[in-house]
Amino acid sequence: MDGPRISRQDVIKVARLARLDLSEAEIERFAAQLGAVLEHVGRLAPVDTRDVPPGTHTLSARTPLREDVVQPGLAREDAVANAPAVEEGAFVVPRIVGAGSKGGA
Amino acid sequence: MTAVDPTTLSASAIARGVREGTLTAREVALAHLARIRALDGRLGAFLLVTDAQCLEMADAVDAKRRAGAALGPLAGVPVALKDLLSTKGLRTTCGSRVLESWVPPFDATVVERLRAADAVFVGTPNMDEFAMGSSTENSAFQITRNPWDPSRVPGGSSGGSAVAVAARMATVALGSDTGGSIRQPAAMTGVAGLKPTYGRVSRWGLVAFASSLDQIGPLARSAADCALVLEVIAGHDARDSTSAAQAVPDLTAVLGTGLEGVRLGVPGEYFGAGLEPEVERAVRAAVARLEALGASVREVSLPHTEHALATYYVIAPAEASSNLSRFDGVRYGLRVDGTTPEELNRRTRKAGFGPEVKRRIMLGTYALSAGYHDQYYGQAQRVRTLVARDFERAFADVDAIVAPTAPTVAFEIGSRVEDPLAMYLADVCTLPASLAGLPAISVPCGFGAGGLPVGLQVMGRPFDEATVVRVADAFERATPELRGAPEGAP
Repeated sequence: MDGPRISRQDVIKVARLARLDLSEAEIERFAAQLGAVLEHVGRLAPVDTRDVPPGTHTLSARTPLREDVVQPGLAREDAVANAPAVEEGAFVVPRIVGAGSKGGA
Repeated sequence: MTAVDPTTLSASAIARGVREGTLTAREVALAHLARIRALDGRLGAFLLVTDAQCLEMADAVDAKRRAGAALGPLAGVPVALKDLLSTKGLRTTCGSRVLESWVPPFDATVVERLRAADAVFVGTPNMDEFAMGSSTENSAFQITRNPWDPSRVPGGSSGGSAVAVAARMATVALGSDTGGSIRQPAAMTGVAGLKPTYGRVSRWGLVAFASSLDQIGPLARSAADCALVLEVIAGHDARDSTSAAQAVPDLTAVLGTGLEGVRLGVPGEYFGAGLEPEVERAVRAAVARLEALGASVREVSLPHTEHALATYYVIAPAEASSNLSRFDGVRYGLRVDGTTPEELNRRTRKAGFGPEVKRRIMLGTYALSAGYHDQYYGQAQRVRTLVARDFERAFADVDAIVAPTAPTVAFEIGSRVEDPLAMYLADVCTLPASLAGLPAISVPCGFGAGGLPVGLQVMGRPFDEATVVRVADAFERATPELRGAPEGAP
């Protein structure tokens, strides 16, 4: 499959996944720009990668482990120090579960 | 007091002077702060200049010396810290509106290590937003100008760091390099910039762009100073699970040891269509110089070089899309309110991110989305292995690979912002070493069109910063005439 031009529908769908609000002008611009980049990226498709493992980085994949003991973490006051809205040490967000929703709390 | 201008001294000379008492940290700091005041209005290298803190740190170093305590290897050396390194109590913006007022509650590991080495901090230099860019034009706050020609970019994303060092407003700087963001601005501003092996330097406290590629490294006016800084910041850190359990080598020990027996490889694939003729001339002349110094030189082939751009521009945006999902307006950073959490996220990110960041998040999300994941991201990861294997094969016959750092000299401000792909092409020479996780340095090797600096890149085996530094240093010692200083920043 060669590199597709990115459609308006795809731009809108991807923007939703990425939690980005885009203006009409941005949708148009991204459709063209992303399409151009993806067309270049499409050059990877014919490269023979049979039996080639993915290379995440050059270090060995072994994740170092440590003893399972409690260590000091970030103090609460530091954790909320940069928060835009805080109440009683918790982050304030808009209501997640509304009065009209089914199930949940 | 001394008659020498401290801004002309190397890091090792400053540290030695401060340790021996022939210099005070305070006078060194004052000289650099004065230079920032004189030049930075025009150059725009710094987002924040930390005058008060700098002098406090300098005074503490002087007090330590007077008390007879041992001083660290960077005693009194003024350092600029790219604005994506967490600095406790000091605003860290990553060049983005999203973090315009973020004050980290902790120091990055590299910052801790610099403090312990008695360095002083002059400020936080400008950068492309979240390290995404090759010109520093993507900063949400200001343009940074190349001191060699202020109508031109300094390169990016560590453009501010490079200019701070090139214009002698700081002795050394820390930058970050994901696809070339230390090496390329170093090349474009005529300074040295070193990207360590992936895992060599802890990423704890580095705001992440692409986690399998990001590395912190030094910029300085010599490979020797880069080595000195790397020795301080490198080493295993339990807080970074990708930090390598490798002993920090004695890099300064290899300086001045010559190039007898060193085998260098020149990859034909780096000398293709997009390379400016003057850049090619300067780099080939540099290679001839290295040969005259005793290295043996042969052609090598890295056949997957042509795929590095495509590979990187799938992997890096994919990882970025994941890393930047944390900027949701909830726990830190900009918040634009909404009636639902999702609306809060969308409005915040719309207002907070610049166009290049949005573009890469979109690219990355697309590449990872259902139906495209293996076609794009999976294939890119496999080609990445092939890029790494090219180097492995070449390193069976050579000890280091030399090539241009960037295909062109610094381009004009505004000339590539409308064309993302044209901008991405600035990285073609630096991307492969990033994908393979290899150590690589850029050092000045002459001048191209318009008298603008050209960089020579030296790439080495994993964890062999010693050979990389040795080659770069030998070249620098033999070519003092290639250093020069930018006009207008005398």
